[in-house]
Amino acid sequence: MNLVTIAFKSIKQRALASSLTALSVALGVMLMVAVLVIFGILNRTFGQNAIFYDLIVGPKGSDLQLVLSTVYRVSPPIENLPYSYYKDLLEHPAVAEAVPIALGDVTEEGGFPIVGTNERFFELPYAPNEEFLLRGHGFEDPFDAIIGDQVAYKNGWDIGSQFKLVHGGQESDHVHNEKFTVVGIIKQTGTPNDKTVFIHLNGFYSIADHNKPVKEYVDRFRKFYTIVPGSDKDLELQEIEEAAAKVAPGAHYHGPSTDVTKEITSVLVRMKRPAGDPPDAPSIAAPLFASRLKKGFQAQGINPIIPMKRLLDNVVGNIQKGLVVMTTLIIIVSGVSIFVSIYNSMADRRREIAIMRALGASRQAVFTIILAESILLCFGGGLFGLLLGHGLVFVAAPIVASQTGLLIDPFAFETIEFVIVPSLIVLASIVGFIPGTTAYRTDVAEAIAD
Amino acid sequence: MSLELTNIRKSYREPGGSRLDVLDIPHFAMKQGEQVVLVGSSGGGKTTLLNIISGISRADSGSVVIDGIDIGILPEAGRDRFRAERIGFVFQTFNLLPAFTALENVLLGMSFSGKRGDRTRARELLTRMGLENRLRHRPGQLSVGEQQRVAVARALANKPSLLLADEPTANVDTGNQANVLNFIREACEENNVSLLMVTHTPDVAAQFDRVETLADFNKVGVRS
Repeated sequence: MNLVTIAFKSIKQRALASSLTALSVALGVMLMVAVLVIFGILNRTFGQNAIFYDLIVGPKGSDLQLVLSTVYRVSPPIENLPYSYYKDLLEHPAVAEAVPIALGDVTEEGGFPIVGTNERFFELPYAPNEEFLLRGHGFEDPFDAIIGDQVAYKNGWDIGSQFKLVHGGQESDHVHNEKFTVVGIIKQTGTPNDKTVFIHLNGFYSIADHNKPVKEYVDRFRKFYTIVPGSDKDLELQEIEEAAAKVAPGAHYHGPSTDVTKEITSVLVRMKRPAGDPPDAPSIAAPLFASRLKKGFQAQGINPIIPMKRLLDNVVGNIQKGLVVMTTLIIIVSGVSIFVSIYNSMADRRREIAIMRALGASRQAVFTIILAESILLCFGGGLFGLLLGHGLVFVAAPIVASQTGLLIDPFAFETIEFVIVPSLIVLASIVGFIPGTTAYRTDVAEAIAD
Repeated sequence: MSLELTNIRKSYREPGGSRLDVLDIPHFAMKQGEQVVLVGSSGGGKTTLLNIISGISRADSGSVVIDGIDIGILPEAGRDRFRAERIGFVFQTFNLLPAFTALENVLLGMSFSGKRGDRTRARELLTRMGLENRLRHRPGQLSVGEQQRVAVARALANKPSLLLADEPTANVDTGNQANVLNFIREACEENNVSLLMVTHTPDVAAQFDRVETLADFNKVGVRS
């Protein structure tokens, strides 16, 4: 019978008190594990590998708003860009891929954001090595729609379902007349795409209410490209304006260079990479390209990671730190309860300790037994807490996925969890030290005589 | 095992600050395998003497030589080790640990001597005590007599050369007193273990060839 077995016996002897103190440690650890895992998932979701594209190019303004609107679709777009700018980017020798994005409307049912884009969006991965999987087919008709898994689930839509759009966002009550038909459903990705309805840009432009006066388009175009008066492009734009002025009110404009009357809200850009680079390797060219974009155009190119990391660090990071501190305090309080439990039992166990000493146990041996008790309680509680924490994540994962679309790996494990158990052992050694010392100092002759 | 005490003195400081002399023993000796009963009045220093012999307490002066080793000069850890390996202790109140079964209590006696996990010997001892059906019972589930037999088995677990018994029959009913006593004496004879037993009971003392009254060799003792 070794000293740990003796310690375990003592714990069993005080089964109720021991269980309660170990449970308090377990609950603290469970909360900490849940916090670490959930924030780990958040960090990864908004982190480096969350998106396939290197840059989001959009109008000048808040970089965070550009990312939140284009990638997460939780913010209105900043402004519009000329459609021709997307074409410029696509033809740029440093650019591998460019995908246009037009935002603005939501579905009438459920208020899911509408993204106007083209078929290339679905041909490219949404994250490194993560391809879109579609049930149904891609865009074939301007009024075709591809919907996210959550949209299908929440609205009860399937292939063939038809729906209308609400103009400008959920606060608007202007419903467009045009009907779109679901032709494809994206398999769950765990990204905001699951809660988005994608329509073809041509369909987006075909919505009658989306047409603005041609002069508005032309003015924005001039400003964006800083067109010099009297230049060839200026003359071309004047021609468009004159042609548009001749069109009767309500009739469609069919004059020259109709691209001027098309706008988008942003462009997803993937830079070219040296041959042999892994797909998730960061682009070396992207920062230089982004800095060049700022010169000459009313545009900005943003690495989506940077504003999100700033947001995470400044807001979410602080919440995480606060929760980690709180759960750490809970665990420390649990440690104190272990101290109180063992220390209170010392008076009753004085004789027991004296008997062991009389049987030949050294002072160090009885100290070790008490310390081992403290460590066993903390260690056992900690392991149980790890199981509870991961059990909680395991049980919550499908519920969270169905409610929010956020994919949580039920077996997610954060590396920092490896620190929990050693930390608990340190805590147990600290709280076990004083009761251990009491045992160490027990006067054998006096305690036995008592 | 031979035991020889020379010029043992022990005193305690009283609350008032004065010193109370408890033991002043010029000489006391036992031969190997000898069985000695020690009688004396309450408060006469019998338990203090057993504690000094076992190394639990230290004498203020003098020497305690067991098998040629002066345990008084050993460091505390050395005395603990010596006690674990060579001295068995049977207490008046048995002092079994309530969380441990009979078998585990005996194994506990071995735990501190390096004979960890000698379950075979522990079982043999308990079987020899007629407790083969009580191995998994906790002290609270055993009769007083059974508890004392477990305590004796625990004391003998490490094959000690000296068994100290502090009134081992005091809490045993009259019917069982003889059994317990016989068992202790037989076990000591079989294993050539020296026995020093403290008792208040004249009937028990009468069964021993050598009966020592503490006051006879303790110069500060109280003669009853």
